[in-house]
Amino acid sequence: MHDDHDPHDHDHDHTHGHGHGHGHGHHHDHDHSELSPMDVRVRALETVLTEKGYVDPKALDVLVDLYETKIGPRNGAKVVAKSWVDPKFREWLLKDATAAISSLGFTGRQGEHMVAVENTANVHNMVVCTLCSCYPLPVLGLPPVWYKSAPYRSRAVIDPRGVLAEFGVTLPDGKEIKVWDSTAEVRYLVIPERPAGTEGMSEEQLATLVTRDSMIGTGLAQSPAKGA
Amino acid sequence: MNGAHDMGGVMGHGPINHEANEPVFHGKWEERVMAMTVAMGPVGGWNIDQSRFARENVRPVDYLKRSYYEIWFAGLARLLAERNMVSPDELAAGHAMHATHPPANPRLTAETVVPFIAAGRSAEREMKTPARFKAGDRVRCKNINPVGHTRLPRYVRGHLGVVELLHGGHVFPDTNAKGVGENPQWLYTVRFTGRELWGDDADPALSVSVDAWESYLEPVS
Repeated sequence: MHDDHDPHDHDHDHTHGHGHGHGHGHHHDHDHSELSPMDVRVRALETVLTEKGYVDPKALDVLVDLYETKIGPRNGAKVVAKSWVDPKFREWLLKDATAAISSLGFTGRQGEHMVAVENTANVHNMVVCTLCSCYPLPVLGLPPVWYKSAPYRSRAVIDPRGVLAEFGVTLPDGKEIKVWDSTAEVRYLVIPERPAGTEGMSEEQLATLVTRDSMIGTGLAQSPAKGA
Repeated sequence: MNGAHDMGGVMGHGPINHEANEPVFHGKWEERVMAMTVAMGPVGGWNIDQSRFARENVRPVDYLKRSYYEIWFAGLARLLAERNMVSPDELAAGHAMHATHPPANPRLTAETVVPFIAAGRSAEREMKTPARFKAGDRVRCKNINPVGHTRLPRYVRGHLGVVELLHGGHVFPDTNAKGVGENPQWLYTVRFTGRELWGDDADPALSVSVDAWESYLEPVS
């Protein structure tokens, strides 16, 4: 259906939004010579949707701002830090993560059905979505490119140790690795192990040690020397 | 469908490109594609499973060469065209040219968008029948190869696992994606050993789970 006018017929480096020099013969003659073909196509769609009354560009601005500045891994880090200092909260989190997480104000789209899984001395958990990009948005924000990309999605379920090695993580031999493939609307949050040497730290200080990757399971929480 | 999106266990995709201090978006057009896709859900009246199917139901070569938000853009354009909301000639012209198809729900505004995101949309539904399986039960994933949308990845089909969690009744994607009903079913987390999935050379300390609807599973005595 969209084979005609397919904007994707030429390979290009879209990941970083540049790489389109001037003077390519296939560029149409228009006012947007600085813009990539995707800039032009997306702008065209937004214009049509706005003219038809389907979208309000101001609502789009709010959405972008929400995911760029308000909904991100700092939310999840607060959940994890609280679970490290408050055994009752941890128990609740492991039993009913949706309720425990919403008690901190993190609710909504793509976090409606949360499950928290805890890393221990014997078990390491890692989360993937092999079929698309399912990710617990209220606690982690939008996923990074690598999480949505073929190398991670293909290998996480067959070679998680190899994946972890690429992230600089080496687990002890024989440590159990539990991979969770998010194939439904359940979203998983990994509770990383609390690092050694953090006994005197406050909940706020501890939250600074909790990285995004540690809550996906491709990383560990930072040690205080590195993180604080 | 057995599409390029079903990636578990596929080889040859190369190293993982972990970008340090990655921005949330790489360019303004990605911001707008994300926002338009989210905002058009209620207005277009399609559900999340129709949205996913619109993205994955493409030639594998196209799926694999597109960036993530290019896949989203193509999926959104397809959903809009299928419902006569935005036609390809309008997209090419960059202006509305045809009568406006009525929206399924009012558009989001700067005031309504934050509560809309904060509310989310539960996939859970009350079940009138009891769950067929309980935690600890041994189950086998059926060997199914539907041409439509499904959330049972190829790498677990036919394999033996153990029920780990029960999640209640959830909307069934395979029919929801066709727009023929939510048909909620019990949803389970089913865990497989690495060796069951990948053979004797697999890491003995590895296990992998998927979330599977009841009709994907058959009992193992």
